[in-house]
Amino acid sequence: MKNFFLSRLLQASIVAVVVGAVCFALMRALPGDAAMRIAAGRYGPDARIADAAEKVRLELGLDRPIAAQFLEWIGSLLRLDLGHSLVTGRAVAHELQVQLGASVWLAATALLISLLIGPLVGLISGLKPGGAADRSGLAGAVVFRAIPPFVLGLILMLIFSRQLGWLPPAGFGSPREILLPALTLALGLAAMSSRVTRNAVAAVARAPYFAFARYKGLPEAVVVRRHGLRNAAIPVVSYLGLQAIYLVEGVVVVESLFAYPGIGHALVHAIVERDVPMVQGTALVMGLMFVAINATIDLLTFWLDPRTRRTA
Amino acid sequence: MRIANALLLTLMLGASMPVAHALADTLKVAGPWEITGIEPAQTGYVFSRLQVAETLVTTDKKGALVPALAEKWAVSDDNLTWRFTIRGNAGFHDGTSVTAEAAAISLRRALAGVGVFSQAPIADIASEGHDIRIRLTKPFSALPAYLVHFSTVILAPSSFDTAGKITRIVGSGPYKVKALTPPARLELEGSDSWWGGTPGIDEVNYLAVGQGETRALMAESGEADLVFSMLPVSVDRLKANPKLDVQIATIPRTRILKVNAASPFFDQVEERQAVSAAIDRVGITKVILRNSDLAATQLFPPAMKGWNSPDVPPLERNVEKAKTLLKTAGWVPGRDGILEKDGKRFSVTLLTYASWPELPPIATALQAQLRQIGIDVKVSVGNSSEIPARHQDGTLEMGLVSRLYSIVPDPIGTLLQDYGPGGSDWGSMGWDNKEIQGIVERLAATNDASTRLPLQTRAVEILQEELPSIPVTWSELAIVSSKRIAGVEVDPLEVNYRLSAIRWAK
Repeated sequence: MKNFFLSRLLQASIVAVVVGAVCFALMRALPGDAAMRIAAGRYGPDARIADAAEKVRLELGLDRPIAAQFLEWIGSLLRLDLGHSLVTGRAVAHELQVQLGASVWLAATALLISLLIGPLVGLISGLKPGGAADRSGLAGAVVFRAIPPFVLGLILMLIFSRQLGWLPPAGFGSPREILLPALTLALGLAAMSSRVTRNAVAAVARAPYFAFARYKGLPEAVVVRRHGLRNAAIPVVSYLGLQAIYLVEGVVVVESLFAYPGIGHALVHAIVERDVPMVQGTALVMGLMFVAINATIDLLTFWLDPRTRRTA
Repeated sequence: MRIANALLLTLMLGASMPVAHALADTLKVAGPWEITGIEPAQTGYVFSRLQVAETLVTTDKKGALVPALAEKWAVSDDNLTWRFTIRGNAGFHDGTSVTAEAAAISLRRALAGVGVFSQAPIADIASEGHDIRIRLTKPFSALPAYLVHFSTVILAPSSFDTAGKITRIVGSGPYKVKALTPPARLELEGSDSWWGGTPGIDEVNYLAVGQGETRALMAESGEADLVFSMLPVSVDRLKANPKLDVQIATIPRTRILKVNAASPFFDQVEERQAVSAAIDRVGITKVILRNSDLAATQLFPPAMKGWNSPDVPPLERNVEKAKTLLKTAGWVPGRDGILEKDGKRFSVTLLTYASWPELPPIATALQAQLRQIGIDVKVSVGNSSEIPARHQDGTLEMGLVSRLYSIVPDPIGTLLQDYGPGGSDWGSMGWDNKEIQGIVERLAATNDASTRLPLQTRAVEILQEELPSIPVTWSELAIVSSKRIAGVEVDPLEVNYRLSAIRWAK
């Protein structure tokens, strides 16, 4: 167990250095003049951008050697200082706290809703593969995974905001406003997790130990609970780690559509506006989050599946 | 058990989120502008439009300059020293009075920063009693118009830290900042110390909503009472909604083709005229903007009195004339129909950007229309900063841009930038016209309407004949308001939305 945490800590520090270096290199390899981009980001498309860019260049010292700028960033990182946004002027750590915090709420709510839908549909489908429930589950999964989040979000807005008037189409800060964007993400997540669950459940249902449990006369509900759920849960839980990636790409679109001030929206702006400290800070924190998510999933699998403990 | 756990988690999630404020008596406003930082040069317009911070001078409904924080102003006989007198009854939201000294600090900050104010010929700014004294290096009649610009908002000294960095917005308007969650939300409450009275609605919430479709849905679902900047495709649907009012105003913004008059493709006036004659402005405005009245038959829209001349021949589509003009300029069709001259194909890149959602579709329409007269156009959609960047390094061939002529309420502010020697980011490129430079200089120095009008007319004539930038369409601003509120006005200059005059409908 000690080894497990040590290796994850090492992994986290490698991720930090690699993500930092790659971001730094990529942001500088992008075509276009960074000072111009930052000036356009700050002062908007009506301003005299060329003049503003000269002031930005002087203010930020963008003419200094790249190696010096990189070492400076590593130095501040060691002091746990992520710097200030070049566009808004606020501390990156503060921006992350607000925007990443908002996104984590959104992602967590989406994951929770998807867990209420996906595994349940999957379980029902998997117990009778090829049955009516399985077929409609498949159709639903194909539809919801195929519709881009942008379109799905608009459809949900049309139904729940325009027609029914139950939920606001945009905004943030209260549970009412988080529901529509979270549902948009959750339906896409549930589409995949329901199929993974269905396959896992179907595999378990075909297994000899499952048949044996039935033969020895256990009621169906007890068979599923005692021998089905835990075994089927292993691939489903592992798959949750992959879903985190879907969430990251999903929040970008969904946040813009629902005017939700999260990190996906902020990251797109930061990249367009060459806000290097913001991009580096965001990528770093997201990279570390992936390490944390994977570590949590490993721990969960460890607990779910006693066999991994024996070999470890 | 699992479900019970999940339910419990949901409840915890819900309970720990900050609860929304009482919304029933709050005016809910939605617009596309995000609040990226609070530096006045960056987002001062949000605070000026929502009446949190005020400038010395503002505009009335007709666009004329009227007093705001300055109750009067005067210029010395040599036209070099201006005095603006601060009104006696104005106070900042922190309880202090608006003094000439505080105003001078804000103005000196604006002068040193980025923004149009730094381009005015100002020698120094000082306070003398209740007056702000601005000394110029040369006569400049447009100075009061420059003091309408949002970068010159007057903020209380408590807005800045000891290093002069802005930390919060303490203004003097009818609304004060209650809470700001950048980049999306601004909550305001009425100030009881405004010199202009008490606002009709005490609480205002502003939400930045980038997507036009989402904004339309906010109006339709009643989640916003006042929504700015609707997409043309949504306007008809919103007009049909009995719960909503739609108001539309022409704004002084023109979408123009910026051409590089120093390049071999556009160095002759015939070439620029041919491009103009190839453009189907009526078609573009009808299909993309849903209003054919926006076809730009000249640079400035009719709403800009004195700058729109009924006497110049309108820019219209005439493909045959375009072909003849190109022939005169020495271009002949090659084997594939694309024009050639001295072995060079007429093949250019049209650069545009997506900050305005209508620009890319207009660019592709132009691509098809120019192909008809034998010009091969490649459309490239990038970041808004690429046009100034490619202007600077001289590689821009053609750019489709959206240009605002009311950055200061006097269009001379924009013309000074756009058609001066060497042109500018959003103005002419490689086009040097001594006559218009002289006219613009004289316009900047005089305030007398009878002297100005003939000069303005001549400027319009030159721009129409020479086409250093080719007008494509004019613009309008659509505002949707709920029937729950009354007293909504559209300000075509977008200086001030006069929220304080809005009341709940009886």
